[in-house]
Amino acid sequence: MNLLEVEKLGKSFRGLRAVSGVSFRVAENSIVALIGPNGAGKTTLFNLIAGALAPDSGIISFAGTRIDGLRPDQICASGIGRTFQIVKPFAGLSVLDNVIVGALQRSANIAAARACAEEILRKLGLESKRDLPAAALTLPDRKRLEVARALATKPKLLLLDEVMAGLRPAECDEVIGTLREVNKRDGVTILLIEHVMRAVMALAEQVIVLHHGEIIGQGAPAEVVRQPAVVASYLGDNSDL
Amino acid sequence: MPIDFVSLTNVIISGILTGLVYGLMALGLSVIFGIARVVNFAHGEMMTLAMYASVIAFSTFGLNPFIAVLPVAALFFVLGYAMQRWIVNPFVTRPEHSQFMLLLSIAIILMNGQLMLFGPDAQSVRLDSLLESIELGPLLIDRGKLYAALVAVGTTAALFGFFRFTRGGTAIRACADNWLGAKVVGLDVNQLYALAFGLGTLCVAVAGCMMILLIDLTPAIGPGYTLLAFVIVIVGGLGSMNGALLGGVLIGLSEALAGLLILPSAKSMFSFALLIVVLLLRPRGLLGGNR
Amino acid sequence: MNRRGSFLLALLAAALIALPAFADNYLLSVATLCLFFAYTGQAWNIMMGFAGQLSLGHALYLGVGGYTAGALYFHYGVSPWIGVWFAIFVCIALGAFLGALAFRSGISGVYFTLLTIAFAEFARIGFDHFTWVGGSAGLFLKVSQQNWLDLRGPPALYYYVMLMLAALAFGLSAWLLRRRPGYYWQAIRENEEAASALGIDTFRWKLVAVVTSAAMTAVSGVFLVFYYNNLFPEQIFSINRSVEIILAPIIGGMGTLFGPIIGAALISLLADGATELVDVLGWNIPGVKQIIYGLILFAVVVFLPHGIWPSIARKLNLER
Repeated sequence: MNLLEVEKLGKSFRGLRAVSGVSFRVAENSIVALIGPNGAGKTTLFNLIAGALAPDSGIISFAGTRIDGLRPDQICASGIGRTFQIVKPFAGLSVLDNVIVGALQRSANIAAARACAEEILRKLGLESKRDLPAAALTLPDRKRLEVARALATKPKLLLLDEVMAGLRPAECDEVIGTLREVNKRDGVTILLIEHVMRAVMALAEQVIVLHHGEIIGQGAPAEVVRQPAVVASYLGDNSDL
Repeated sequence: MPIDFVSLTNVIISGILTGLVYGLMALGLSVIFGIARVVNFAHGEMMTLAMYASVIAFSTFGLNPFIAVLPVAALFFVLGYAMQRWIVNPFVTRPEHSQFMLLLSIAIILMNGQLMLFGPDAQSVRLDSLLESIELGPLLIDRGKLYAALVAVGTTAALFGFFRFTRGGTAIRACADNWLGAKVVGLDVNQLYALAFGLGTLCVAVAGCMMILLIDLTPAIGPGYTLLAFVIVIVGGLGSMNGALLGGVLIGLSEALAGLLILPSAKSMFSFALLIVVLLLRPRGLLGGNR
Repeated sequence: MNRRGSFLLALLAAALIALPAFADNYLLSVATLCLFFAYTGQAWNIMMGFAGQLSLGHALYLGVGGYTAGALYFHYGVSPWIGVWFAIFVCIALGAFLGALAFRSGISGVYFTLLTIAFAEFARIGFDHFTWVGGSAGLFLKVSQQNWLDLRGPPALYYYVMLMLAALAFGLSAWLLRRRPGYYWQAIRENEEAASALGIDTFRWKLVAVVTSAAMTAVSGVFLVFYYNNLFPEQIFSINRSVEIILAPIIGGMGTLFGPIIGAALISLLADGATELVDVLGWNIPGVKQIIYGLILFAVVVFLPHGIWPSIARKLNLER
């Protein structure tokens, strides 16, 4: 079953076509990676799916219902969670409170939300820092917090925007492991934007390549990275894979 | 009550002239708010301070405002520069409301300081040479308003010239457009912000020296003018200096007309209504760009 | 809040309840005013400290609330205990109008603040011409015999009314802070975009904050008109009033529970001290009190941006 269906999506900013004629599907329970050079329109695409931007044309369907044009909070309510490329923690709140905010989306009361939040912090290895103000966290931990918060809303689809950026290989592997678990055990479908090819190759079942707002390649990772158009525009010849 | 054409024209002219002085005051805020990014809640209080300065210049030194404006403006430029450089600048990285509170506290201190020093009684500067109105056919133009407006226009032109044609002006505009970029090319952004602020307070000082000829001064009128300046800047468009001037004339005109056609005491209600409408429909203002 | 804090709180409550037995009328009036600022500061704190929406025009609700109940009493003899509900209703509508207008148009930050100021100023000038409630000459309420149904009585009556209100406001704030509204408001305050992505309908919740704050402030206005027995547009809608309201929470500490209370206490103490000093020195210059407020605000903003309470709480080890 296709959880997310994007059909001929388009968005322009004052004449600049950020996203143009983009169509793809994300199968339920899969992990799909979105790659491409900077400025290709990846985050714009995320913003369109997550409701931060309204598309100029095209259709977005989630679990069979159209969601294009809905507000971000409505889209979260329907089951899509997202992280931001530049992390946006609630700096004045504690790590635990940050996640509780997310958990309140699905929990009836604070106690239930707290329990859910603590569980997720444990899963992401942040429980020792639960009472720290979010502002005190290092960048890798902030990224983990961002993921934890989004997970707390119990999404069916998780949109991850460059969560690996700035992480060391060991940290990167940890996050890869957590995401795999979240996908397999909790059945969360994942669509991720990534530049770190290590993560893309390790996680993705499908890769979509975006360039100048258009899709120039789609398919299994091993195939896509060999496609000439992809190599020319983004990966280059000596990519370490 | 029939309103004849001559009275109407006189009122319109009067409104435009006063509006030009408002425009200069607002221009100061446009520079401070639009360029130095400071929400100057103390704007009106700075103007009243300049007005008191010109009163002192007149009563103690016998200098009429048209002459006193030079030292007062210079003084206020320095004060503005210093204030931004050493008091306001650290707040650039703080949350927005911190800056509001800072300027608000400065406004409170300035206003009540003036109250303590000068007392609550109204003061003004009335020059004999300005008593006689200029007659242009059937029209009657207030001499004081005309000269004040001319000074306002002159100062504005000088400011435009500075920003357009000098190196310093271009640097300041670059800084306002792109802070990081300006830093990257080696501009001393702190210096430039302080300069911009100083120029803003200079405008306020000149406007104040002219205002003292037009209205009565008490410490309590400050906040009203702060608000007026914000209304003008927002209506005219943030970041647009032309907008500030246009906005000033518009407000001056509407106040004059409202005073004539509706109720004099309700005229500022009109300005606020205009602000509310503009904020809701077109926050960028009439001539504003993308901010 | 740990055991030590709870104990101190209980002690404070006991002292406050017993105060009228020991204090003279003057001290009572100072205490009443202090509680007034604590209460109104709490109301403002919900909108700003919790939800991050800066209003510098809160005098709007003081005035509209006060005039609603005052006019009902003046023209129809309606008791303030009933009139206050009308005042609350009107201010809820007003707050909803202002909030909806602002938030639908995406106005935030300084523009929102300016909008609040503009509304208050509009009201000030408007009520100056509103002759049914006295216009600029003011509204004067009959000072009849002692009758607590009409909220007329000894100073102790007003003190206890204000104490009750302040306690209720404190309780409400504490309750809200620990529950969904508190979490959602703080999320919006910290980062509205992220809050939205987590399923929070930011428009609705900001509106709730504004309306709650407006309703609470309306009650303050009703209190004022029956305490002073008169109301003037120039005074009640003045920006000075709006500034007074925010002083306590900012100096004490925005977004905290005790901030507005500590701030109110400090300001009352200093204001009273200043008045005494001025009398003793024979200065009696208008503006001394306000300039002290301004200097304190300046000092707090520059040196203690989170307000006084967080530092005190840390020193006395009162938080967790």
